[in-house]
Amino acid sequence: MAPNSSRPLSPHVQIWRWHPTMASSILHRATGIANYLGAVLVSVWLVLLASGPEAYGVWQDVKAGPLGILVTLALIGFTFSVVYHLLNGLRHLAWDIGLGLDAKGSNLRSLLIIGGSVVITAIIWIIGKGVI
Amino acid sequence: MSDFRTPLARVRGLGSAKSGTGHFIAQRVSAIALVVLMPLFLVKLAKNTGAGYEAATAWIGSPFGAILTLLAMTAALYHMRLGLQTVIEDYISKTGTKAALLILNTFVAAGLWIAVLYSVLALAR
Repeated sequence: MAPNSSRPLSPHVQIWRWHPTMASSILHRATGIANYLGAVLVSVWLVLLASGPEAYGVWQDVKAGPLGILVTLALIGFTFSVVYHLLNGLRHLAWDIGLGLDAKGSNLRSLLIIGGSVVITAIIWIIGKGVI
Repeated sequence: MSDFRTPLARVRGLGSAKSGTGHFIAQRVSAIALVVLMPLFLVKLAKNTGAGYEAATAWIGSPFGAILTLLAMTAALYHMRLGLQTVIEDYISKTGTKAALLILNTFVAAGLWIAVLYSVLALAR
């Protein structure tokens, strides 16, 4: 549909008071897009691996070089992104069969899922440190 | 309420835009697959590929590694194409830009899928 400036618009994000379900909904989209980028990274990694030791050395050099810290930060971010999108995705599946649609409970579960994802990401990186 | 749709259209499960319900279901089915596949794939991937080139190729080339990688990446690329399609349709209202981005989204997902398929099968033993 073509944009028509004479038509009334519904209030946009900046009009609303932020609340947990709104934040978790926006975060679900944001992490979905981040996961897309993560899948591009995994695919590129697989192509480098299949291209032989020399091509794979490019990845190993980047990881070991001065940009290595950025790779680690990206992987930590990717971990959070996958964990959050998965947990909130389970909630979406529950919503689809009519479970957990109350406003109060949804707000609480939004906070639990966001907080839980941070905790799970931290546990993964503390326990699994050095394996990647 | 009378139903103006033909029995055939109803059986096909397609909405007014002809593919809405199908899209909704495909998004959920791939999501259910990913709930199982993605944690398993990412944990195994991190565990088995940290020790360098030899270890990484050995795991990706093993029957379990290859099949798990192909299952997880196929479901992921399918799911993310559907997801980003919805994001593009929601936020981009200009017809030309929207069409271009939707086409690009399909090309990226299909291109990555072929690249992943080739890479994994090339390493399979």
